[in-house]
Amino acid sequence: MWQGLYEELKDRNFIVIAVALDSRPADPVQWIEAAKPTYPCLIDRDHRLAALYNMVNVPQAVWIDERGIVVRPTEPAGAYEGFRKMNRVTREMPADAARTTAEARVTYMNAIRDWVKKGAASEYAYQADHARDRVPVPTEDVARAHAAFRLGQYLMRNGQPEEGDRWLAEASRLHPDSWAIWRQRAGVNELGLAAQPDFWERVDALGDRKYYAAVDMKGMPQ
Amino acid sequence: MVTLLTDATEMEVQDARVEGERLWLTGADLEAATGWSLRPEGLCRGDVCVPLPPGRELVRGERIDVAAVWRHLGKPIVHSDDGSAWALGEAASDRAAQLRSLEAPDFTLPDVAGRMHSLSDYRGKKVLLVSWASW
Repeated sequence: MWQGLYEELKDRNFIVIAVALDSRPADPVQWIEAAKPTYPCLIDRDHRLAALYNMVNVPQAVWIDERGIVVRPTEPAGAYEGFRKMNRVTREMPADAARTTAEARVTYMNAIRDWVKKGAASEYAYQADHARDRVPVPTEDVARAHAAFRLGQYLMRNGQPEEGDRWLAEASRLHPDSWAIWRQRAGVNELGLAAQPDFWERVDALGDRKYYAAVDMKGMPQ
Repeated sequence: MVTLLTDATEMEVQDARVEGERLWLTGADLEAATGWSLRPEGLCRGDVCVPLPPGRELVRGERIDVAAVWRHLGKPIVHSDDGSAWALGEAASDRAAQLRSLEAPDFTLPDVAGRMHSLSDYRGKKVLLVSWASW
């Protein structure tokens, strides 16, 4: 997804670091080998990135400037909640949802281009106060969920899958908004995607509520 | 033997004693695993010291009940049924303070070939740090 953008901007002091929140080791490797990215693709079986940056799903991203300062905190990376409108049998997206999804992606990519070109002067790079206000901060339950997930993943890897699974379930219970935690333990379909009926139950459970907070970016479809 | 899991590390401690919800470690093991050490003014890491609560037995001889200390610091701690693995988590308030500082938290993770990368290796570049997964 990011290779074209990286190729275009890599000579302008820009890099993409993709982190797979994925503990089934064969899975990300297969995808990385197919996509042949030239930027670093890291494997994060304990979802450390999610704990540090309070991420709940993929793709979410953070923009970090040359000094190591966050100029856009965690937010969906050009994703649109088109999954709500997907045909659950054929997995096809209606034309309007597909168009909006593409629009979200283009808007996000263009914002990155603007930032890489203009740096702090880009309208998409937040001033410090604004960035601080936009930081999604974890609750106590979220912090507990990450500890439970860490223990669960360790037990899964060390010959105690049943107890490990129990801790992953506990992590999911404590942090129901984290689809990344939930999906780690969910069954996957024939395409290797976690889109079984229980995924759709989660989508339905949102009701009218948006899964993501609105992305503060000019032109981004909400 | 007990395995201690922190945010970034996994450490085996030979000389640990588990009593139900209590985890007794030597001061040296506590410091090696977490960076916190016991000093006359309380529990300290770097310039930060937290007094120990009075009236509770947290120190016994040269050992400290790390589970009680961790809870006292407001941090989550969970353990396996048999007490052989303990995850020492970070507090929500500490995570929030870190995020609000806007200094990007550093981490080190392997790529597919097993080579380690730290976020800080890329200081001096603009970084798009993005999560993804195969599912």
